[in-house]
Amino acid sequence: MTAIVRDNVDEKRRRLLLIATSAAAGVAGAGVAVPFLASWLPSARALAAGAPVEANISKVELGQQITIEWRGKPVWILMRTPEMLAILPNHDAALVDPLSKDSQQPTYVKNPGRSIKPEVFIAVGICTHLGCSPTLKKEIGAASDMGADWPGGYFCPCHNSRFDLAARVFKGSPAPTNLVIPPHRYVTDAVVVVGEDPKGA
Amino acid sequence: MAVMNKPPVTGAGRFNGVLTWVDQRFPLVRMWQEQLSEYYAPKNFNFWYYFGSLALLALVIQIASGIFLTMNYKPDAATAFASVEYIMRDVPGGWLIRYIHSTGASMFFICVYLHMARGLMYGSYRKPRELIWIFGVMIYLALMAEAFFGYLLPWGQMSYWGAQVIINLFGTIPFIGEALAVWIRGDYNVSDATLNRFFALHVIALPLVLLGLVAAHLTALHEVGSNNPDGVEIFDNIDPVSGHPVDGIPMHPYYTVKDIVGVAVFLLVFSAIIFFGPEMGGYFLEANNFIPADPLKTPAHIAPVWYFTPFYAMLRAVPPMFNSQFPGVAVMGAATLILFILPWLDRGKVKSIRYRGPRYKAWFAVFVFSFLVLGYLGVEPTTVWGEFGKGLPVVGGDYVALWVARVLTLAYFLFFLLMPWYTANDKEKPEPKRLTW
Repeated sequence: MTAIVRDNVDEKRRRLLLIATSAAAGVAGAGVAVPFLASWLPSARALAAGAPVEANISKVELGQQITIEWRGKPVWILMRTPEMLAILPNHDAALVDPLSKDSQQPTYVKNPGRSIKPEVFIAVGICTHLGCSPTLKKEIGAASDMGADWPGGYFCPCHNSRFDLAARVFKGSPAPTNLVIPPHRYVTDAVVVVGEDPKGA
Repeated sequence: MAVMNKPPVTGAGRFNGVLTWVDQRFPLVRMWQEQLSEYYAPKNFNFWYYFGSLALLALVIQIASGIFLTMNYKPDAATAFASVEYIMRDVPGGWLIRYIHSTGASMFFICVYLHMARGLMYGSYRKPRELIWIFGVMIYLALMAEAFFGYLLPWGQMSYWGAQVIINLFGTIPFIGEALAVWIRGDYNVSDATLNRFFALHVIALPLVLLGLVAAHLTALHEVGSNNPDGVEIFDNIDPVSGHPVDGIPMHPYYTVKDIVGVAVFLLVFSAIIFFGPEMGGYFLEANNFIPADPLKTPAHIAPVWYFTPFYAMLRAVPPMFNSQFPGVAVMGAATLILFILPWLDRGKVKSIRYRGPRYKAWFAVFVFSFLVLGYLGVEPTTVWGEFGKGLPVVGGDYVALWVARVLTLAYFLFFLLMPWYTANDKEKPEPKRLTW
């Protein structure tokens, strides 16, 4: 048995080396973790499936709505009529967030009508409450089955959330915010790309 | 060589030679003694002390049945649902293995909840057993994660929409939520990528974590010794002749034999469920999960499996604030995390509920009542008890169940948050010097 030699041990130096080694190993460990954590991000295939989609809207008539699929979700494109647009500013008091301050949309549609062109309204058709898809109730007033003061809009059958024709949520609905507006841009007057911001935006 | 000086193994008949050979190369005898034959446990363990060993048994059952399920299961959104049906119909004995695994999950939680209730009642989380409790809470959290990941795998409607709702809970975290939810899913909605990674987490990552935590839990337990229904330390009273606690008996053979009785009863109940009611009326396996996942159609009523429902009821009880569901999510998270600081909230001088004062007992009753009723409310829709106050000016009508859940959520938290005060000056009874029954 050899006795442990106690002299000439520089405890300070030893601690410094320990800290330096641990720090270097910690940095290396964090570096190695990056590709593993990154592997959880959407893969190239998932990104491709979530790529922007193009829609031709030249044949959509006034008052008509088409639904396209983007990232596995329904996206509505509604051609709003002049009466629909005229009625939009009249019920701000009944809305949770009339100016869309707390709702999700690109900055270039942060206006009362929530669209780039007033008549063409584009929104993700997924309720902000628990993810059901609301239905369009475009008839106004007594012509609808929503009551005489209904200004036209969307109704979610799951938990009775109500939205107007700019997908702004009415007070008393379980949905906390207005429906989401996806990024979109016009290639020409007839072709809109959903999932991409306008150039320069 | 020091090892060769060890005494030979005796008492194993014709195996003495082999065991001696092993013991000289591996601490076989020492481990046996430390963990079983000379681990002294209090002599007054009662009914509540079955559930630790039964939880361990449930873990073993889950691992064994799970290994066999992976041999036929396909973690692929296109084939997962069909592969589970294939196991149920075409694989010989597959239905039994699958029902053992699905029933085992619920039985595991029953054991864990009763085991935790025991710890609360007898003050098993108190000094010097804080770390045992903390490891235990970590096991509980890992188990919830394990159950959640596993529930997605059959790829039924409840699997899909349950996962959707739970992942969206992370999506409510301010600023990073949306990106975090996409990162967890690996896609913009719950998809094949999500299923595949949940499979990996369920069959290898979480089980390893669980086993490690169980080892730590037991190591810490055997370091400080077991608590008991009296909450009195047996190592304070050592027999001078034998050197062992006067009120202690060796784990083996006394408690191993007792636990075998528990195992027999447990397996009877377990088998009865598997053979006569594996779905337990929709509580162990939900009816909606026999419909394949459909991303375009939400089931009318989403409820988690029973072991999550107290926390789900709390989530629903908290109204959205600042246009965000996050406060509810935070409350739900806090309800589990608060268990970690429990050892430092309790200021009582006695450990066991037998000697606690009336204030603690009242609060404990409130806590148990809240937890059970919240568990019930989490299964039912909020409309279950109807509305009240319709037409009243300020309230304007709201659901009874929602407000009951709000009150009970508050009670749940007050049990913990007021504990430093109501335990500090309670009329406690004196603890006995020796163990009683």
